[in-house]
Amino acid sequence: MKDAFGDVQRVLVLGGTSEIAQAIVRRLVARRTRHVVLACRQPADAGGFADELRLAGVTVDVVPFDADDIAAHPAVIDDAVARLGELDLALLAVGVLGSQEAFDADPAAAAAAFHTNATAGVSAGLVIADRLRRQGHGTLVVLSSVAGERVRKANFVYGASKAGLDAFAQGLADSLVGSGANVLVVRPGFVATRMTAGMKAAPFSTTADAVAEAVVSGLGRGATTVWAPGILRWVFTVMRHLPRPVWRRVPG
Amino acid sequence: MPAEPIDDGAPRLLTGWGRTAPTAAHLVPGLSTDRVVSVAHGAPSRGVLARGLGRSYGDAAQNAGGTVLDMVAGATPAPRVDETGLLRAAAGTSLDTVMRSCVPSGWFVPVTPGTRHVTLGGALAADIHGKNHHVDGSFGRHVVEATIVTGGGDVRRVAPTDDPADDAELFWATAGGLGLTGAVTAVTLRMLPVETSRMLVDTDRLDDLDALLGAMADSDAHHRYSVAWIDLMATGKHLGRSVLTAGDHAPLAALPTGTGDPLAFDPAVRVGAPPWVPSGLLNRLTIRAFNEFWFRKAPRRRRDELQTIGAFFHPLDGVRDWNRLYGRRGFVQHQTIVPFGHEATLRRVVERLSEAGAPSFLAVLKRFGPASPGPLSFPTPGWTLALDIPTGHPGLAELLDELDRVVVGVGGRIYLAKDSRVDPSLVPLMYPRLGELADVRRRIDPDGIWRSDLGHRLGLDDVRPTPLGDTHDREATS
Repeated sequence: MKDAFGDVQRVLVLGGTSEIAQAIVRRLVARRTRHVVLACRQPADAGGFADELRLAGVTVDVVPFDADDIAAHPAVIDDAVARLGELDLALLAVGVLGSQEAFDADPAAAAAAFHTNATAGVSAGLVIADRLRRQGHGTLVVLSSVAGERVRKANFVYGASKAGLDAFAQGLADSLVGSGANVLVVRPGFVATRMTAGMKAAPFSTTADAVAEAVVSGLGRGATTVWAPGILRWVFTVMRHLPRPVWRRVPG
Repeated sequence: MPAEPIDDGAPRLLTGWGRTAPTAAHLVPGLSTDRVVSVAHGAPSRGVLARGLGRSYGDAAQNAGGTVLDMVAGATPAPRVDETGLLRAAAGTSLDTVMRSCVPSGWFVPVTPGTRHVTLGGALAADIHGKNHHVDGSFGRHVVEATIVTGGGDVRRVAPTDDPADDAELFWATAGGLGLTGAVTAVTLRMLPVETSRMLVDTDRLDDLDALLGAMADSDAHHRYSVAWIDLMATGKHLGRSVLTAGDHAPLAALPTGTGDPLAFDPAVRVGAPPWVPSGLLNRLTIRAFNEFWFRKAPRRRRDELQTIGAFFHPLDGVRDWNRLYGRRGFVQHQTIVPFGHEATLRRVVERLSEAGAPSFLAVLKRFGPASPGPLSFPTPGWTLALDIPTGHPGLAELLDELDRVVVGVGGRIYLAKDSRVDPSLVPLMYPRLGELADVRRRIDPDGIWRSDLGHRLGLDDVRPTPLGDTHDREATS
């Protein structure tokens, strides 16, 4: 269950090797979380993190999860809920960044990345929302991105996929009002992780742990949206309204 | 009897009085014992729980995704006390209703908390205490019989006697059992005869904690009711400054002539909180100012002041929905016991709250007398400190965890009926007889249909027996 401070006990991570997801889980287990299911494409890749959590006294299950296999979503999520006994918090952290240049040359790869980031999130999000609605409580945290807030030519396939996921998550959140379940949409800026290694850091870049801190603080106050760093909310309030010819020329 | 169709409409969001951690449940009117039986008999998925007036601060009266029986719906309007001083009423009857009905005929409830807006069933399920605990003990001590609907819809009459037919074990597991043994549907209570509806009250303003602790021990020896308000935001030499009030029911002779009906009882709601309040209204500055005012307005020493029952016991009932003043994020009520002999620990707790600047107003300190036999009954001999703090105060979660560890270290505990955030691993240390509740639940509710969010959060609702060798196996395989 969630307590008065928004601290949760049982957590499912879809995309258990995500550095942001792991940073969030580290902060949750420092409070009340005692059972975590890490669902990931390559379970072996989450082994080190799982061992780290077990040393802290947390029960950890690592289960295989292929986000692209949408037909398998209900079974994977039901299995995780059965292991946890109750789903206090689900963290949707599946995603691929890709390179816009590669996508330009390989439309099929672009569509596949879009499928992983957006379509798979729609399926998993709806399956989780159904379980949360029936248990009368629980939070779905969706890792979106500022890239979806206004799509840029430099990464418009990724940006469009996050825009779709973000819009979906907002609608889902509204549909869950009154059900006891809720959705937290997280919009990080440029986060220095493996995913972005070798890329030039954008302005207001941040770290996985800073994003995690913002997420846990947002859970505590019952927020529906978290920007990380928080100033991006105001930056994008301006960016959103720039005329297209100006927006096209914004560097980065 | 054919089962009535259950009103299983859209889920309703429920919270405790602190307005934190809402969850949704199917709210079903618990109109009668038969109705409660039919709901329990249906063994709804995700269980069932009785709820009264929702004055538990945390999640004790919530059951996410399951069924919640609204026991207030089945309350009888005006219960009467019989010639032997016993009152028998539906469990959903509020203490307010009981007092309005019985005080004019010279009977008072044996235990009242700081609000009249709790039900008899809730009072037993939380085994509530009042300002008279050092003399009269907790609520369960004054209940002579209760009707409980347990697992599978069995109706049991229980009483705290030696007769095995009365099942005193189930009675005491229910007194403080927070609804996890079933739904109390009727309560027979031994009432207290009073000559008037007024209190004779002594008030003393104390400048620091040592003065307070000494004055409280002395006051308890001479008064039925005693409690201190303590300013937890005061620091330095003012640490623990407080206002001690002690009182007794005024005898008829104490009333001036021409008072009118000596048993008149008609407390009124003076104001209501607005429907929306910004979350930051009650903050360090406003609460510090309020505390300063509260301390200054108290007389240094006053004796034998006549007060009404409402003014002495239930001042906050004059402000309807006062819990809304904390805004959207709500507040946490934290009540601990520090056993007698550990006054240094009590001082450390007060110092820690003071130095952390946790904005707390209307913190109260009281001395508890002997404990009840109930395994989950909260009061045990010692100092009990209760405080309200807005949930949004930075670092509050960690601060309360720290205080809990300090208190557990000297054999203290916190009040689960008010809890919304305790570390579950500390609960078996606070309540070493927790296993007795599980034993009773296995006997009377083997399927574990009586559940709550609090029970689930703290692991109290697990009725599965611990398999032999379980610990060993885990060590061997992990």
